[in-house]
Amino acid sequence: MKMKALSKNTKSNLITYGMVILAYVVMEILTRAGMVSSLLQGLLVPLCTYVILAVSLNLVVGISGELSLGHAGFMCVGAFASAFFSNYTKEAITVSGLRFFLALLIGAAVAALFGFLIGIPVLRLRGDYLAIVTLAFGEIIKNVINVIFLGHDSKGFHISFKDAFSMNMEPDGEVLINGPQGITGTPHDSSFLIGIILILITLFIVINMVNSRTGRAIMAIRDNRIAAESVGIHITKYKLLAFTVSASLAGVAGVLYAHNLSTLAAQPKNFGYNMSIMILVFVVLGGIGNIRGSIIAAVVLTLLPELLRSLNDYRMLMYAIVLIATMIFTSSPGGQAFRERYSLKVLFGQKKQEKEAE
Amino acid sequence: MKKKALCLLLACAMTFSLAACGGKSGETEAPAADNAETEAPAEAGDDAEAPAETPAADGAVFKIGGIGPTTGGASAYGIAVQRGMEIAVEEINAAGGINGTQIELNFQDDEHDPEKSVNAYNTLKDWGMQVLVGSVTSNPCIAVAEKTNEDNMFQLTPSGTAVKCVQYDNAFRMCFSDPNQGLESAKYIGENSLATKVAVIYDSSDPYSVGIYEAFRAEATNQNIEIVSDAAFTADNKTDFSTAVQGAKNAGAELLYMPFYYTEASLVLAECSKQSYTPLFFGVDGMDGILSVENFDASLAEDLMYMAPFVPNSDDEMVKSFVSKYQEKYNEVPNQFAADAYDCVYVVKAAMEEAGVTVDMDASAICDAMKTAMTSITFDGITGKGISWEASGEPNKAPLIVQIKGGEGVAL
Repeated sequence: MKMKALSKNTKSNLITYGMVILAYVVMEILTRAGMVSSLLQGLLVPLCTYVILAVSLNLVVGISGELSLGHAGFMCVGAFASAFFSNYTKEAITVSGLRFFLALLIGAAVAALFGFLIGIPVLRLRGDYLAIVTLAFGEIIKNVINVIFLGHDSKGFHISFKDAFSMNMEPDGEVLINGPQGITGTPHDSSFLIGIILILITLFIVINMVNSRTGRAIMAIRDNRIAAESVGIHITKYKLLAFTVSASLAGVAGVLYAHNLSTLAAQPKNFGYNMSIMILVFVVLGGIGNIRGSIIAAVVLTLLPELLRSLNDYRMLMYAIVLIATMIFTSSPGGQAFRERYSLKVLFGQKKQEKEAE
Repeated sequence: MKKKALCLLLACAMTFSLAACGGKSGETEAPAADNAETEAPAEAGDDAEAPAETPAADGAVFKIGGIGPTTGGASAYGIAVQRGMEIAVEEINAAGGINGTQIELNFQDDEHDPEKSVNAYNTLKDWGMQVLVGSVTSNPCIAVAEKTNEDNMFQLTPSGTAVKCVQYDNAFRMCFSDPNQGLESAKYIGENSLATKVAVIYDSSDPYSVGIYEAFRAEATNQNIEIVSDAAFTADNKTDFSTAVQGAKNAGAELLYMPFYYTEASLVLAECSKQSYTPLFFGVDGMDGILSVENFDASLAEDLMYMAPFVPNSDDEMVKSFVSKYQEKYNEVPNQFAADAYDCVYVVKAAMEEAGVTVDMDASAICDAMKTAMTSITFDGITGKGISWEASGEPNKAPLIVQIKGGEGVAL
């Protein structure tokens, strides 16, 4: 009875939360029972990272309706800021939970700051122009981080944009950010539980924002900018808000990423536009504006190349084929017609009958 | 309603396909996810077939894992390592294996990405790897070293040159470290009084290049070498070297130090010739392969000196046999990566024999035995003779300087 009283929206959101919690419980039971391979155990934290990234980008692409291609840049900022903090305080704060929590706040705050600063000029643009400029900003962030050398010795911090040598550090100094070599030795503070908690927090923030007055304002701007402006919605404010929150959540994903691997370097592979596009693929494949779809797409597309390892070098080819096939199946008119004809409702009914027969 | 059903089904399929990776979980599952279930055993079956080498499976084999980029931008290095290892494994198996036990090799791709490298490592662990040769590139190697240290898995990297690759006592390397190369090349230039004014061009986006340059610069002052000009380029901007060369020329440098890979070096040499600037050229081991660059006038590289762990046209019997086998099988001249990898497998063999490792030991016990064995063996291979290892993981071997004379590399 009570379920009926809940709105359709709330029910759908509860399913999303439930799905994440269910995934955690199932994985935890299987891990305890020793039934999970080390490959999958190693993949749990990256999966959480990509889910957070996909959900946070969906806020910009789906809800706010702006095509952003610089999401990996914000992740990069969050990752470096937090890894720098954790490395610097490795000796001072020995409780890994507390250190990670502080690193998380720092990573999110710095990414939000960058999102805000970049958002101010960038959000004046629309459509393709916005996409290109965010792409450029993402690359700029990566390249700037690649020339930062930052060290610490008895005299304090030293910074250089040329090489580690020109910091003129005392012999006891330690290079914390070493240009293209990045940060090494970050403590391994991420865990699957933390990842799941962060996913839930991300979902909580995004879903509540979407269903609030703010969310409605943002969607009104997306659907009709002029109409929204005419009823007195502050366009810049709301667009910037969505962009900043999204950047900050990407920063959270970066924190999780940085504390899972002992080495962090801003390479095209992990923080370049390839990564931004990959996150966008998660969002588009999962359905633009569909939070739950983003989660599923991120999980499936991250697992796929690893599960295809047995195909050796052909696995990236297979990955591409699967991607194309899924896009056609979900988005082309032909695929949609096919899905309607063989809708899951019908299949589900058949399955139930089969099960009963068994 | 349809949407909800879809979501539910997807969620189920997702968790079950996750569970299916466990391999042996197939039987206990509820019948709801029959699709995922049928997939699971098939997947596990494929995984078992993955290893490249499948020697006659009569009983147990030593399982050696390899990790390196076989796809993507750095694939040239990973493929060379994989091939070098394959040849060594074939040879060892044909000669009766390690203490009479055959070896099985499984090489996994990491796309030159730390995250993927850790995935590859975990995949190998599921396969039952006992010893790891890898990772090929530095940053992935550092990430994997963290994991091998946790699991106490013996690790020998053929070409992970960054200092931190071997920071734990279970990790060793075959090649020189970055600082070691910079130091040795500065020493060589200083001791042979090749030049006092040196210009450096380096790749500031490549840790390998920066690492060498920093050590070179630190040692240069001890050797009375003055660095009169330094110019950096990055991976995104590595086609036009005119200003860098102009800078070196204007500063009057007698020697141009090039701590980066041969593809860019060929462009620098071409630019120098265009500006009719003829200093001495000195490179590091990344220079190996410069003569095979397409459309490159090999005469420009005449007299170029570089540090190399391996010279393919050497008179050494072992090198000759390796090069001919490699050429026969893959139709190309092996580079230093292949040579390092080939030696790595033989080092593993030597250390295993020294430690008296048996195939029924688990990875951690093998690692403990091999750690001590590594410091007591002396190894003669194709990348050097009389190589020994420090407990820190660094090899002790003499640097080899090669000069290009008459279109081929000659050891000095």
